[in-house]
Amino acid sequence: MHVSSMHFKRKAVEKLGDEKLQQALKRLQSNFVDGRRAAIAELPNFNEIRDVAADIRERVVNQLDDYLRRFEQEATARGAEVHWAESVEDANRLVADIARRHNVHRIAKSKSMVSEECALNDHLENEGFDVIETDLGEYILQLAKEPPSHIVAPVVHKSKEEISDLFEEKHQRTRTTKITELCREAREVLRPKFLSADMGISGANFIIAETGSVLIVTNEGNGRLVTSLPRVHVAITGIEKVVPTLEDATTLLRLLPRSATAQSITNYVSILTGTRGQSESEGAEHFHIILLDNGRSRLLGTELQSMLRCIRCGACMNHCPVYQNIGGHAYGWVYPGPMGSVLTPAFVGLENALDLPNASTFCGQCAVVCPVKIPLPDLLRHLRTRQVEQGLRPWNERAALRVWSWAAQRPAVYGLLSRLAVRMLRLAGGKEKRLHYLPGVSGWTKGRDLPAPEGRTFRDLYQSRQST
Amino acid sequence: MRVGLFVTCLVDLMRPRIGFAALRLLETAGCEVVVPSTQSCCGQPGYNSGDEKSARALALKLLREFEGCDYLVAPSGSCAGMIRVHYPALFANDPTVLVSIQRLSARTYELTDFLVNVLKIEKIPGRYSGSLTYHDSCSGLRELGVQAQPRALLSKMPGVTLSEMTESTTCCGFGGTFAVKYGDISARMADKKCEHIVKSGAAAVVAGDLGCLMNIEGRLRRRGDLLTRTLHIAEVLAGENGECM
Repeated sequence: MHVSSMHFKRKAVEKLGDEKLQQALKRLQSNFVDGRRAAIAELPNFNEIRDVAADIRERVVNQLDDYLRRFEQEATARGAEVHWAESVEDANRLVADIARRHNVHRIAKSKSMVSEECALNDHLENEGFDVIETDLGEYILQLAKEPPSHIVAPVVHKSKEEISDLFEEKHQRTRTTKITELCREAREVLRPKFLSADMGISGANFIIAETGSVLIVTNEGNGRLVTSLPRVHVAITGIEKVVPTLEDATTLLRLLPRSATAQSITNYVSILTGTRGQSESEGAEHFHIILLDNGRSRLLGTELQSMLRCIRCGACMNHCPVYQNIGGHAYGWVYPGPMGSVLTPAFVGLENALDLPNASTFCGQCAVVCPVKIPLPDLLRHLRTRQVEQGLRPWNERAALRVWSWAAQRPAVYGLLSRLAVRMLRLAGGKEKRLHYLPGVSGWTKGRDLPAPEGRTFRDLYQSRQST
Repeated sequence: MRVGLFVTCLVDLMRPRIGFAALRLLETAGCEVVVPSTQSCCGQPGYNSGDEKSARALALKLLREFEGCDYLVAPSGSCAGMIRVHYPALFANDPTVLVSIQRLSARTYELTDFLVNVLKIEKIPGRYSGSLTYHDSCSGLRELGVQAQPRALLSKMPGVTLSEMTESTTCCGFGGTFAVKYGDISARMADKKCEHIVKSGAAAVVAGDLGCLMNIEGRLRRRGDLLTRTLHIAEVLAGENGECM
C-alpha cells in the first residue's frame, strides 16, 4: 500500500472536519469499547489469561526461528508448500508465480492485512489476474477504490448511505439502505465469483507450529469458501503469527475476538491443515503458505521486539482517543492507531512517518487494553528517542527543549527567567486572566485560551513567606 | 516524617496556590515539609520528546534535592509517575545511581495517594460547598492507580456533591507538548471532555494535574463557558484560601 504517513497532520485536520466520519467513529466506539468491556467481563480470570497469552507470544518471539522451522516441517509433511518472502516484492512475485503455475484466472480473496501491506491486488491485476475481495468490508473498499481505515473493520469510515450509493452505481440495481438487503445484494454478486475462482487467497490469524496449520477467524463465512472451494489456496501472513500449539491458539482465541469485535467467539474459526486428502471431499488440492518478513525480523533483539507479539485485534486503536477523533486514513498506511504508529515507522522508515510516534498523548489506554501486554507508549517513546538521535526533529522544537532543560538545571537562571516570564504572561492575560493568542504556542491558542499565571512563582512566594 | 514537596514546574509557574494548598494539607496532617528552593522540572518534557540525556540530567538534580527526605510528594500524577515509574527505566543501565534512584522512586507519591494510603488522614482541613465532577488524569490513573483516593477524600467533605461525568477516564487531550504540536486533535479531545463536564451538571471540574486543568479551562472559556470552574484537588481539600494561611 502506498505510504502517505508524512501527511498525517494535514489529513488529521481534514478528518476532524468530516462529519460523516465523526458519526462513524462514534458508532465504532460504542460497539467496540463498550462491547469489549462486556465481553471480557464474561471471563472471571481475564487477567490471568492475558498473562498467559502475553507469555505465549513472548516465547514465540524469543525463539521465532525454531517455531518457524517446526511449522515449515509440519506443514510440508501434510502436503502444503511453505514459501519465504523477505520483502513485499518477493511476496507479490511468489503469489503471481503460484497462480501462473496452476493456470489460474480468477482469484477470490478473504481479508488479509498482510496482502494490503504488499498491495497484492494491484500487483495481481497488473499481471492480468481477476481478483475479487470477498470480505464485505474489503469488497466495498475494492468497489470504492479506497484503502482500509481499520485493521478489523476496514470500512468503518463509511456510512450505510454511502455504501447504498456505491452499490447502486456499481451493481446497477435499485437502491436500498436496508443493511440485510445490502448484504444479500453483495452475497448474490459474490457467490458466482466464489464458485468460479481457481485460487483463493487468505491471511492467517495464527499459524500453528505443532500441526503446520493455518487458523483464520471470520464472521461472514467467506474465509471458509475462499480456502476450501478453489483448487488452490494461498495463505499469506507475517512470520510473527506462529504459535507453538493448538492449545496455545485456543488461549489466544479467548482474547482475540473479545478484544477485537467484542465477541466471545467469531462465527467461524477455520483450522486448515494440509491439502485435500484421498478420502476427503473438500479442501484445496494445492496449499501454499507465504511467510512475509518485510522488516519484522529487524525488530528482533531491539527495544521494539515486543511489538511482534501483536495479534492484530485492533483494541489499541478502538481505545485510542487520537484514533477515535481522526480515524485510520490519517495515519497513511495499512496499520493505524498506536500499533500502526509503531509498525509504520519500523516497516517503511522512521523518516517517512515522523508524526506517528509523536501523535499520542501517552494516555496509556492502549497498553491497558492490549491482550498481549505490549507496552505501546514505551515503544512510541523509544521511536521519539530514535528521531532525536538521528536529528529528525524540527530545529525549533529541539531549540525550545534545549533552552528549557538548560535553564531548568540552573536554579539562578531558571529563577530569573521564570520570574520574568510569569510576570509578562500575567500582564498579557489582562483582566480576563487568560490569553487568546501567544506566539510560539499557536497550536494551543488556536483552539483554546491559555489561562494566565498568577504572576509570581511558588518559589518566590514561598521564600517571602519563610522570611517573614 | 520529613516529606519533600515537589510542587512541579507547572504549579510553580502558573498556579502557586496549588503548591500552598498541598503544603497546608501535608502540614495539617503533621508532616515536616521540606521545599527545596532550587527545584524546577522533573524532566518529563525532554523524556517524552525523545531527549533522554536532558531527562537524566534533571532527574539527577531532583535526586540531589530530595534524597534526604523520607517521602517525595507531588500534586501531580504525571510528575509523580515520571519519578516513580520512568526514572528507574532511565537509569536501568547505570548501576552507580540506579539504587539511589530506585530508593527515591519507591518513596514518591501523588498527593491524594499519599494522604489516603500513607498518612491515612480522616479529617479534611478545607471546606467546599457545591457540586464537583472529577476528571481522572491519565498518568495518575494508569501509572499510579489513582482513582479511588481523591474520591475517598472528597467523600469526607460534607458540602461536596460528586457528580460523575461519563468517560471520566478518557484523556482530555493535554499530553504535554502534544497540546501544542497537534493542537487541532488536542482541542477536539478537550472539547469532548468539556461536553462530558457540562453534561454532569457540576459547578466545577476537579483533577489532580494542572496540565489537564489548564487544557480543560482553556477550552471551556473558548467555548464561551465562563462559569464552570476548574480546581485542583489540593485546592478543594485545603480550602480555597490555602495560600493566605
